[in-house]
Amino acid sequence: MSTVEGPAHSGVPVQTTKIRPSSGWASLRLGEIWAFRELLYFFVWRDVRVRYKQTAFGALWAIIQPLALMVVFTLVFSRLGGIAPEGVPYALFAFAGLVPWTLFSSSLIGSSNSLVDSAALLTKVYFPRLLLPIAASGSYLLDFGITILMLIGLMLILGVAPTLAALWVVPLTILLLAASVGVGIWLSAINVRYRDVRYAIPFIAQLWLFASPVAYSAAIIPEELWFFYHLNPMAGIIEGFRWALIGQNADAPLAAVSLAAIVSGVVLTSGLAYFRRVERTFADVV
Amino acid sequence: MGDIAVSVRELGKRYRIAHQGKPYGRLTESLAGAARTPIDRLRGRPRNRSEWFWALKDVTFDVKRGDVVGIVGRNGAGKSTLLKLLSRITEPTVGRADLHGRVASLLEVGTGFHPELSGRENIYLSGSVLGMRREETRRRFDEIVDFAEVEQFLDTPVKRYSSGMAVRLGFAVAAHLETEILIVDEVLAVGDAAFQTKCLSKMEDVSHDGRTILFVSHNMAAVESLCSKGVLLSEGKVLTDGSAVDIVARYAEQGLTLADESIGDRLDRRGSGRLRFTGVEASLRTGSDSHIELSYEGDDALRNVDIAIGLFTTRGEGVANLYTASTGNTFHWLPEKGSVVCHLPRASLVPGHYRANVYCTVNGEVADWVLDAVVVEVTDGDYFGTGKTPPSGYGSVLVNNHWEAHGDGGTQAGS
Repeated sequence: MSTVEGPAHSGVPVQTTKIRPSSGWASLRLGEIWAFRELLYFFVWRDVRVRYKQTAFGALWAIIQPLALMVVFTLVFSRLGGIAPEGVPYALFAFAGLVPWTLFSSSLIGSSNSLVDSAALLTKVYFPRLLLPIAASGSYLLDFGITILMLIGLMLILGVAPTLAALWVVPLTILLLAASVGVGIWLSAINVRYRDVRYAIPFIAQLWLFASPVAYSAAIIPEELWFFYHLNPMAGIIEGFRWALIGQNADAPLAAVSLAAIVSGVVLTSGLAYFRRVERTFADVV
Repeated sequence: MGDIAVSVRELGKRYRIAHQGKPYGRLTESLAGAARTPIDRLRGRPRNRSEWFWALKDVTFDVKRGDVVGIVGRNGAGKSTLLKLLSRITEPTVGRADLHGRVASLLEVGTGFHPELSGRENIYLSGSVLGMRREETRRRFDEIVDFAEVEQFLDTPVKRYSSGMAVRLGFAVAAHLETEILIVDEVLAVGDAAFQTKCLSKMEDVSHDGRTILFVSHNMAAVESLCSKGVLLSEGKVLTDGSAVDIVARYAEQGLTLADESIGDRLDRRGSGRLRFTGVEASLRTGSDSHIELSYEGDDALRNVDIAIGLFTTRGEGVANLYTASTGNTFHWLPEKGSVVCHLPRASLVPGHYRANVYCTVNGEVADWVLDAVVVEVTDGDYFGTGKTPPSGYGSVLVNNHWEAHGDGGTQAGS
């Protein structure tokens, strides 16, 4: 199925919708997402608005979760010592990891259920189905922004000055978003077919937290396992965020971030391709 | 393309009927299936045992720019499938369709509404979901609010709206879509009568702007008054297309032949199946004591059963609903197998053919529901006891009435 600008009927360009059966691996049709960018904005806006409207604490929830985890991790791990780099309190070290992690895990949960939760919409109107998981991830960007501000506040309080490396947060955020959307797209599409996913997600998110260097430093990973450990893109991304924000002029974790970028790219591209392949049956099975 | 707005060629859609009755599966089943498939293939077994059926097949027709086309057909004829294909909700299995112009489809009222958001917010959200640009919605915002008559409640969450208000708002957004092609499902069946009339005339306005409308409906009166052309579907195929008047006439005839299929064998039924209707026998004569008998099979003896027979003209207009809950005849106990009889003393139906839906609930839960289960014939009879047959063309029901005159000479009864 595709929409193209067809020849003019009476001087005015007429949009022609061509409806065809498709088979096999379809093209990714990213141009369509661009054409529907306004609806994407509306979906993000809806998700944010509804989340803040329905909850008593509203935006506070954005910081409660990472803050609570920070406290727990600090109580448990700070005694061990030697986890955080010299001159950085463990609490700050944990929080710097929790900032990207919270965006990733919220978006994992939100986007994986996005299609199933919008079943009524999927069977009533056409729009690129990809908008739903993307919007679900995107709607947590505001929360992410709040936690970043919170982190900067924490740094100022604890006397850890940011360096120029902090500018790397921008490309790292794009990478984080690519990883989140990539995983979200995969899970949302699988969830339509296999509702097991819904129940597995909280469990997956928990395991993933401990498989990522949030509470601890990736330095404790044995050298020979480095590659396998870093196949988890969140490992490189979290290390990148820590380096950029509280790295204190340490060497950049280039290898880890590069590998994370490659893995995220593969997950995102394959997710898009898989999604496009199965989306034509969503309305029939959802 | 020129004057053609919609061109459909050999369009078909095939669905799989899952034997488990569950469209989505479990991951483990699928993995086990994947492991088994090569083995089954080696043994020469078919790849899967599910059945396929064509909801729509070989559908070909053209719609001219500015035409208002009624798509009619019995339940299960493929109307909804055609609608879903043309609005791109699902993909065809074969064939093609080209739609020249921006398309909006209206398969429900209030598409995209979120109950937590305010009326104002929902106008923008729903408009965007239906394909309006934000700028267009802004331009028509006041008109939409005006049409829906919800000014005072614009900042109230839609969940606090009455259902009538929500419907009005939903339709108002849809009625102001500025697309060249509009695909409308039977959404007009909701809302109060005054608002329905308003919607119908709004739709006519839209068509006068040279827009093309595809309108799916059971209501033949609406099709006749709104549409210029029609497409009649039956069992997934186009039976005929032509002028709306012809299509409505064919639809009426079709009812007589199609409902002959035994009701017990019908697959297009809803409900839990705790009770299934297996046959209908009717003896109906105008002015005489008449009855309709429904035989059934239950999965056990049943308690608290309500049964309804809905009567419609062959054109689909409602005539009467014969319902045990209304007459206070709820069956507190029914044997596993048997029949129920609905008596119509001195039947007041005009002679002719009527379509009947049958419906049953057990403990308030729908057990069986078959639309167009049967066409019954009411034979000619003398309702008023005058030896005269009332003139036809004045509705479907005879009403008791008598006349008298008042004047200078006192009261005089009509003789």
